[in-house]
Amino acid sequence: MRIQHPILPSRSTKTISFSFNHKMYQAREGETIAIALWANGVKTLRNSEKNHEPRGMYCGIGQCYECRIYHPKIGLLKACTTRVTDGDHYFSKESFNEMDLARKGGGNEG
Amino acid sequence: MKVDVVVVGGGPAGLSAAIEIGSRGGHVVVVDDHPTPGGKLLGQLHQEGNHSNWWKGFELAQELKQKALAANVCILSEKQVWGMEPGWKVHISDLVQNDTGMEIQADCVLLATGAVEKPMPIPGWTLPGVLAIGAAQVMTNVYQVLPGKKVIVAGIDILSLSIARSMKLAGADVEGIYMLPHSPFSNYASPLLHLETLNEMTDFAPSKMIRLTGKLLKSKTGRKLAAQFYPPMGIKMWGIPIHLRRTILSINGTHEVESVTITKIDVNGNPIGEQKVIQADTVCISGGLSPLYELAAMAGCKFVTLEGLSGTVPLHNKELETTVPNLFVAGNITGIEGAKVAMAQGALAGKSICNKLRIGNLKIADMEEALSFVEHSRKLSDIQFHPKVSEAREHLDDLWKTLIKDVSREDKNGSNQKLY
Repeated sequence: MRIQHPILPSRSTKTISFSFNHKMYQAREGETIAIALWANGVKTLRNSEKNHEPRGMYCGIGQCYECRIYHPKIGLLKACTTRVTDGDHYFSKESFNEMDLARKGGGNEG
Repeated sequence: MKVDVVVVGGGPAGLSAAIEIGSRGGHVVVVDDHPTPGGKLLGQLHQEGNHSNWWKGFELAQELKQKALAANVCILSEKQVWGMEPGWKVHISDLVQNDTGMEIQADCVLLATGAVEKPMPIPGWTLPGVLAIGAAQVMTNVYQVLPGKKVIVAGIDILSLSIARSMKLAGADVEGIYMLPHSPFSNYASPLLHLETLNEMTDFAPSKMIRLTGKLLKSKTGRKLAAQFYPPMGIKMWGIPIHLRRTILSINGTHEVESVTITKIDVNGNPIGEQKVIQADTVCISGGLSPLYELAAMAGCKFVTLEGLSGTVPLHNKELETTVPNLFVAGNITGIEGAKVAMAQGALAGKSICNKLRIGNLKIADMEEALSFVEHSRKLSDIQFHPKVSEAREHLDDLWKTLIKDVSREDKNGSNQKLY
């Protein structure tokens, strides 16, 4: 939830749009991806590779890499230190990778 | 690109150093991995000591940035140093664009990388909705986004108290601040041990109440009594209950944080009595800060571990040069202290570098003034992260002197052993 802090000056009022996992959201200009998503009530950024457990931002300063997400052109991003770019699309995982290929093509899992 | 100095980290120490160098005509580049320079200053908001003055870190950050730009300092934001070769060749990658990165050559490097929070595993801490306390600070005070409606804090320390207050001020219901679990990660935190630290810090405590109980805490018996008879509902500070006799056993939820399981603990930190489940949407963990020193390790610095400095730091002299020539350090990488000390250290490191590279007309008096200003800032600091920080600084100085003696002895013996 975005607030107006009782002591601090206002943040930018300019709104920009972005998508995360194909869903549209709005950000205040200057917000990082993790902050903008949190403000929209989205805390889960991805699932862990091994046990598929939900993961989100932890350290908030680009050190722990728990908030890693994907941008189709840039690749891996740290959502907590990367600012939202107007109109960009972000994803929990690489939209097209070997695992997807195996699932689509193989069909013999489990 | 070839410059005189590369400063790694655009926080209070890095910017202060760059201003000193730039204003004397040195070519200096500051590399910072965040969108805005200022480091941890950006999120700092607390009342200073007994006074009602608010410490507004973001204003200071803006001021430092303006001064740096006026001194022709080049600030590279959203970039990260990933490697250094002696000489120096500094390798930098761009965090946002997927380009090939860049190299900057420099005569001196200053590491002002700051600190990281110590990881503090608690069952369930990987659930979305669990934040390091510093992340909650950035969210609340930098971006003005509320971390949660109902927040529980694990870890009672000067940082968690200040940030819990910030969250409450911003409108969050901070349910309480609890002890860290009794585990190797918390150095087996217990109410009794905790009161000892609290006792050393009572002069700096932001509450009259805690300062008053300080007298009780001076003796071991007093501390035991205080731990034993600590109010079961906690003592309130700014309306937030502080639970010295309760800890968090687990953080629960399916997809996100839903609740926290707490228990009472005895004075030694062992769980006693029934467990209780409290609903919450956000949990903030404060495990303390530790110096961020990877680049110094990569460069081959000698290190020392001193409790008063809150961890392992590159061995350095009073002028802030490390055991690797032309590699300097300032700020939290030299030990955990507040922003005022970091700025004073930054100014000192900047002058030391100017002195070494013969930038500007530095006088001996300038160096002496910078050295004494660090001491002065340390004394005036209203936030002290460790009660033994001054002792640890003296110890560090002794270790440096011993090292220098050892080296000169080796030289006399004809040894070619270098410091690094």
